[in-house]
Amino acid sequence: MSSDQATNDQAPNDPAPNAQAPNAPAPKTLFDKLWDAHVVVPETADAPAVLYIDLHLIHEVTSPQAFAELEARGLTVRRPDRTKGTLDHSTPTTPAQADGRHAYYTADAEKQVETLRANCAKHGVELFDFGSDHRGIVHVIGPELGLTQPGATIVCGDSHTATHGAFGALAFGIGTSEVGHVLATQCLLQRKPKTLAIEVEGALAPGVTAKDLILHVIGAIGVAGGTGHVIEYRGSTIRALSMEERMTVCNMSIEAGARAGLIAPDATTFAWLATTPRAPRGADWKAAVARWSQLRSDAGARFDRTVRIDAAAIAPTVTWGTHPGQVVAIDADVPVANDADAQRALDYMRFAGGAPVAGQPVDVVFVGSCTNGRLGDLRQVASVLRGRRVHPRVRMLVVPGSVQVQREAEAEGIDRVVRAAGAEWREPGCSMCIAMNGDLVGPGQLAVSTSNRNFEGRQGRDARTVLASPLTAAACAVAGHVVDPRTLSRDAVQEHVAQQHVAREHAAQEHAA
Amino acid sequence: MSADALVRLQSRTVCLPERNIDTDRIIPARFLTTTTREGLGRHAFNDWRWREDGSPDPDFPLNRPEAQGAQILVAGRNFGCGSSREHAPWALRDAGLRAVVSAEIADIFRSNALKNGLLPIVLDEAVVDALLAQPGLELDIDVAAATVTLPDGRAFGFPIDGFARTCLLEGVDQLGYLLRQLPHIQRFEGASHAR
Repeated sequence: MSSDQATNDQAPNDPAPNAQAPNAPAPKTLFDKLWDAHVVVPETADAPAVLYIDLHLIHEVTSPQAFAELEARGLTVRRPDRTKGTLDHSTPTTPAQADGRHAYYTADAEKQVETLRANCAKHGVELFDFGSDHRGIVHVIGPELGLTQPGATIVCGDSHTATHGAFGALAFGIGTSEVGHVLATQCLLQRKPKTLAIEVEGALAPGVTAKDLILHVIGAIGVAGGTGHVIEYRGSTIRALSMEERMTVCNMSIEAGARAGLIAPDATTFAWLATTPRAPRGADWKAAVARWSQLRSDAGARFDRTVRIDAAAIAPTVTWGTHPGQVVAIDADVPVANDADAQRALDYMRFAGGAPVAGQPVDVVFVGSCTNGRLGDLRQVASVLRGRRVHPRVRMLVVPGSVQVQREAEAEGIDRVVRAAGAEWREPGCSMCIAMNGDLVGPGQLAVSTSNRNFEGRQGRDARTVLASPLTAAACAVAGHVVDPRTLSRDAVQEHVAQQHVAREHAAQEHAA
Repeated sequence: MSADALVRLQSRTVCLPERNIDTDRIIPARFLTTTTREGLGRHAFNDWRWREDGSPDPDFPLNRPEAQGAQILVAGRNFGCGSSREHAPWALRDAGLRAVVSAEIADIFRSNALKNGLLPIVLDEAVVDALLAQPGLELDIDVAAATVTLPDGRAFGFPIDGFARTCLLEGVDQLGYLLRQLPHIQRFEGASHAR
C-alpha cells in the first residue's frame, strides 16, 4: 500500500489555489452541484438544511414503523409518485410453492411483507411485489429500471443506497424516522457533509475486479476513513469501469464510513440508461443528457480531502478480519495483530497473523447482493464454473439481484452452468448477505461471500465471512479452499480481461460519438 | 416534554472498549423482522450478551451486576458503523441507555440516535481511553452546556449541532419541524425543474 497517498492538500479554509476573476462563479464539485440543486431551505448555525428528495425507495424491513408514524399523525404520503417499494431483505429465495405462496423463514418476516403491501396499497405507492418483472434488491432495480438518474437525490432506509451514486446521483441511506420524514414531506433535514476525492489511476491487472478495487480502497483509508464525507471516485481507472462495476465501487462507500459515493455521469452512464424502461424518451432524453453532461466537478473545484490510489498495485483482495477494512491481497500474508481488536478479529476468524488466507478450507460460497448480484457478476462466476464442479465440501448459493438479472442470466444459460456445477440457483433477494430470510451460514463455518459486510455474526451466529470478488468466490467454490483466482481459472481471467476490453472499447466509442 | 427529551444525565458508565462496534453487533439482522419499535432491548448486543442456550454471559460488561442501571455506554472508536437500521438506537434506548460516548461515532447511527433521545458524545481518544480504563465512573452530562464532568471535577466539552441540542433539550419533534416547512417545499416543487 506504499503507493497509496493520503493528502490533505486542499483544506477547506485554504485560499483558492487560482484566484478567480471577481465575477466568475467559484468552481464546484459534483457534490456541490447536486446539493445546491436540492436545497429547499439553506442551513444555518441553528438549523440544518431542508433537502429535497427526488426518489424514495422503500422495502419491508425499515418502513413499517415509518408508516405507523404517519398513521399516528393522520398524515399521508406526500409524493407517492416519487416513492417505489420492493421486497428483498426478509423474502425467501426459494421458488413459490405449488399453491403460489412463499415459504417465509418466520411468521414475522411474512407479516413485514404483508405490512408493506398494505401500506403501499393504502398510500398509492407502486410496489414491485412477487410476480412483478421488476422485483429485486432495491439497489439493483432502481438502476435497471432507469429510476436512478444522474442529478437526482435518492434515499432509502438502507445504507447501501450509496450504490446509486454510480450514476452521479446523491444517494444515501437513512433511518426509519427519516423514512417517515420523506414519506410525509419529500424532504430531509441535513447538514452539508465534507467531500473526499478518491482518484484511481492506471489499469487493473488481469483477474482484478471492481470489488478488489473497492476492498483495497477501504483498506487504504480505513472503515471510518470516509466518515462525515461524500466520496467522489475519479480518475482513469474509474472512467474505464462499466456501470455494474461502478455500482460495486459506490455500493461499499458506507464500508469506509461515507454515506454517499459519486461517479460523474458520462457516455457509459447514458448508454446504460438509454435501454432502461423509465428513462426519459425522445426530446426529453436529449434534454436530459445535455443536463446530465454538466454534472461533473469543475476544473479547480476543491475537495476537503484527496486520496490517490494506484490501480496497478491492486491484487485480488479479500478480507481477513471482521470489518471490511481488514483486507489483504490474496497472495499475501494476513498482518500480525498489533492490537487487541485485530487479535480479537483473528481469533473470531480462526486465522493466524503472518500466514495467508489462501488455503483456508471453505464451507459456503455466496454469490449475490447489491454489491455483486448483477449480470456481469454472474457471468464471471459462470466463466469459472463452466465445465467444473463445486468442491464436495462447499455449499454454493448463487442469488441474482433481481428478476431481470435472473431472466437475462437464464437466457444465457448461466443457471444451467451453476446447477451443473453443483451450486444452488435461487430466486432474487438479499439472501445470505444479511441472512434474515433463512439463508444462513452455520456456526463456525467459513463463507467466501461477494457481499459487503464481514461483521461478526453478519451471515449467521458465529459465522465467519471472507469478502471477495465473484471471480475469487467462484474459484474458491471449485477449489474448496480460499484460492487466488489467477491460479485456478486462467480461462476465466482471460474472459474477464476480454469483457473489460469490450466494455472499454464500447465506452470509448460512445464517448467519441 | 417528550420521553426523548434530555437535559441532564447523571449515571455510571458501562464500557465496551472494542473499536468498530457495528450495528449488526448492536442488534443482529434476524431481530429486524419486527413492525414496531418496542421490545428490542433484550436483543441489544444479543450474540455478545446471551449464550446460544439463552443464558446470560456473565463476563459481558452489560450483564455484570455493577452495570445494571447504567445509562451511559462508553465504547471504542467508530461506534455504530455499518447499516442504517434504526433498530440499533431503539434497542439501546430500550435497554436503558441514554448516551453513547466514543472517540468517533458513525454518521447514520449518530443521526438515528439523535432522533430517539440517545445522545451521541464524541470526546478525544485520550479522554475516552481514560473512561474505558475505569468502568462504572459516575459522569454528569449537561446537554445545554455540552459538557461531560468526571467525578474529579474535570469537565470536557463535546461538539453538538445547535439544532440537535434544541431537539434534545426541548424534546422537539423533527417531523413536526419539517411539516412546518411545507410552504417552502411547495414553492420549491413549483419552481425547481418542474417537479
